[in-house]
Amino acid sequence: MNTEILGVIVTFLITVLLAYPLGVYIARVFSGEKTFSDFLLPVERFLYRVCGINPQEPMNWKQFLKAMLTINLVWFVYGFFLLLFQDRLPLNPDGNPAQTPDLAFNTIISFLVNCDLQHYSGESGVTYFTQLFVITFLQFVSAATGIAMLIGVLNSLRAKTTDNLGNFWEIFLKTNTRILLPLCIVGAVLLAFNGAPTSFDGKDTITTLQGDTVQVSRGPAAGMIAIKHIGTNGGGWFGANSAHPLENPTYFTNMLELLMQMIIPIAVIFALGLYIRQKKFAYVIFGVMTVGMLLLVIPTMVYEINGSPAIANLGVSQTTGAMEGKEVRFGPASSAYWSIVTTIISTGSVNSMHDSSMPLSGMMQMLGMMVNAFYGGCGVGILNYYIYIIIAVFISGLMVGRTPEFMGHKVEAREVKIAMMVTLLSAFLVKGMTGIAAYFVANQPDIAWTVKPSAWLNNPSFHGFSEMLYEYTSANANNGSGFEGLGDNNIFWNVTTGFVLILGRFLPIIGPVAIAGLLARKKYIPEAAGTLRTDSFTFGMMTFAVIVIVTALSFFPPLALGPLAEYFSLK
Amino acid sequence: MKKNLLISLKLTVALIIVLAVLYPLFIAAVGRLTPGGGRGETLSTNGKVVGYARIGQKFTDDKYFWGRPSAVDYNAAGSAGSNKGPSNPDYLAVVAARIDTFLVHNPTVTKEQIPADLVTASGSGLDPHISPQAARVQIARIAHVRGVTPQVLESLVDTYTESPMLGLFGPARVHVLRLNIALDQLKP
Repeated sequence: MNTEILGVIVTFLITVLLAYPLGVYIARVFSGEKTFSDFLLPVERFLYRVCGINPQEPMNWKQFLKAMLTINLVWFVYGFFLLLFQDRLPLNPDGNPAQTPDLAFNTIISFLVNCDLQHYSGESGVTYFTQLFVITFLQFVSAATGIAMLIGVLNSLRAKTTDNLGNFWEIFLKTNTRILLPLCIVGAVLLAFNGAPTSFDGKDTITTLQGDTVQVSRGPAAGMIAIKHIGTNGGGWFGANSAHPLENPTYFTNMLELLMQMIIPIAVIFALGLYIRQKKFAYVIFGVMTVGMLLLVIPTMVYEINGSPAIANLGVSQTTGAMEGKEVRFGPASSAYWSIVTTIISTGSVNSMHDSSMPLSGMMQMLGMMVNAFYGGCGVGILNYYIYIIIAVFISGLMVGRTPEFMGHKVEAREVKIAMMVTLLSAFLVKGMTGIAAYFVANQPDIAWTVKPSAWLNNPSFHGFSEMLYEYTSANANNGSGFEGLGDNNIFWNVTTGFVLILGRFLPIIGPVAIAGLLARKKYIPEAAGTLRTDSFTFGMMTFAVIVIVTALSFFPPLALGPLAEYFSLK
Repeated sequence: MKKNLLISLKLTVALIIVLAVLYPLFIAAVGRLTPGGGRGETLSTNGKVVGYARIGQKFTDDKYFWGRPSAVDYNAAGSAGSNKGPSNPDYLAVVAARIDTFLVHNPTVTKEQIPADLVTASGSGLDPHISPQAARVQIARIAHVRGVTPQVLESLVDTYTESPMLGLFGPARVHVLRLNIALDQLKP
């Protein structure tokens, strides 16, 4: 067990050590300083020319958002139709069928918004063509969209007073060519040499040692597994995601995939400090986020290592921990760590089945998604944190009786209203939709739908409620993991989570970008003795308190009905 | 709007070529240099492929070491865990039945000696490993069926126990298929 805990600690430390230089590099790329990747300049210039982009053209916050939304709309239409007709397209050696319209709707939105909730299984629900042209493609560009939005906000903080968030096209393209693609090539090559498949061969049929005939699904997975983590997407090549022995073959690849999913979210914090020349501010953010992560990780590891009390009652030895839904090569410690990393960071890939986690581990996973800003997804993690900062600034302002200011700009009613709306929206979507779903399960279990509500849940009672709560929490947080026992490939779940996904993605992006744009236009007020310092330890504590209070007020009731109730019933 | 749309369309096409065509092709080319050529590494006995190195197999015969229960019956055409919650009474009944079955096949073993990984399903349904305890607890049965001494099997399990990465990180484990292949090659 000690080697398992040591493995987790070392994985985290290596991640932070490598994230720092990456953060320096990211800051240099976007401030236009010299970097080793400048050899790509001619390629980028060529792409600007053929696409008709003027990279110097300034954009205000509305233009910035319009450009982002337009290209997202193009990807939606493009991907939706490919999924609908994938059975007639090439690269389908296993003869997989087309997706139904409601499933295609859910799938395309889910990947467009960097969530990767998968209501299908990779082995049978998509083809190699759509895995590459829809899934892999969107995993790159949706991550780049998030990072581009963050850089836009940072541009607003960089100048004292400005209307210009930068050129969306330039930032977006550079994110792909300078950051995502190079990291993915390194990651994919390492994965390939450690057993992840890369070839285009279809299923193989073999006779096992004992004489059974089975099939083995394969495909060019290594490249997709790399971007699924680097871009904090999380959608797996195979149904079992990174629990699958071809998607995550060894303990080394497990450490690598953990590192890949966490490195950009941490690196952008350091990049922020350098880019807006406020290093201390960045360290305080990093500190708050790390404390938040540890508060979720440590209990989860304890629960999973100690094993299930219900299994203990059956009389077997649990020295190997709670093993239902886990792989022996990762063990309970690393599985617990992964389950929190993937939920705080909005990746949503899994190396164990969260549905079988201990009740309070499940609660920690959900809390990670409800906060969604302890590191958080590519770019969007800091945008979510930005909203908490605005609320903290506002409350601190009220406490000391001064007009609240952030980075030299007055925070007024309009900005605070936007921040509140973004915060309340997630509580409204998650609780509202879970309530509706629970209503159908409880009161209309046999309504005449293709999949009746009585057949949705894989587990009874409190845990069944947790399955529904987890699904909407994951959709709203654009996470993508699930309590996968939920029967979610039907019209009700495909359509409702589809809408939650869109709202849960774009409003928390539009909100912070709008606030940043509005603030940056205001007159700059130089710092004075009475200015609230946002880079202080005290303000870090204040932000943390805001996060805890907002999350507790919003989500305690449903958590009490699901995981907490299950925990107390399990004694 | 029209300008944004035009840029969006062109940029999308350009990035599809880079990210969905060139990138996977490059990785596929590198993959040909890896063990197994990117098709997945296989294991053979007497020149005959008996399985994939990474993918677990079903063993129900008393003469083999058993792996973990699987929600997909070890058919790697798909992959899944049971997704059973810890408080689910039906699930706990299934685990209890697995324990009873194991005790029937291994009469010298007591309940407390069975490690949980042997009676709980893995996340992928394709877990190729079991814990070293899970291998050792089956030695008496296999020694009896095969007519070999337990000492021989103990040293075989030791040989096939994979230590933590670099001796430092992660759990120790036993690869069931490799162990069973070696078991078949024991001189009686």
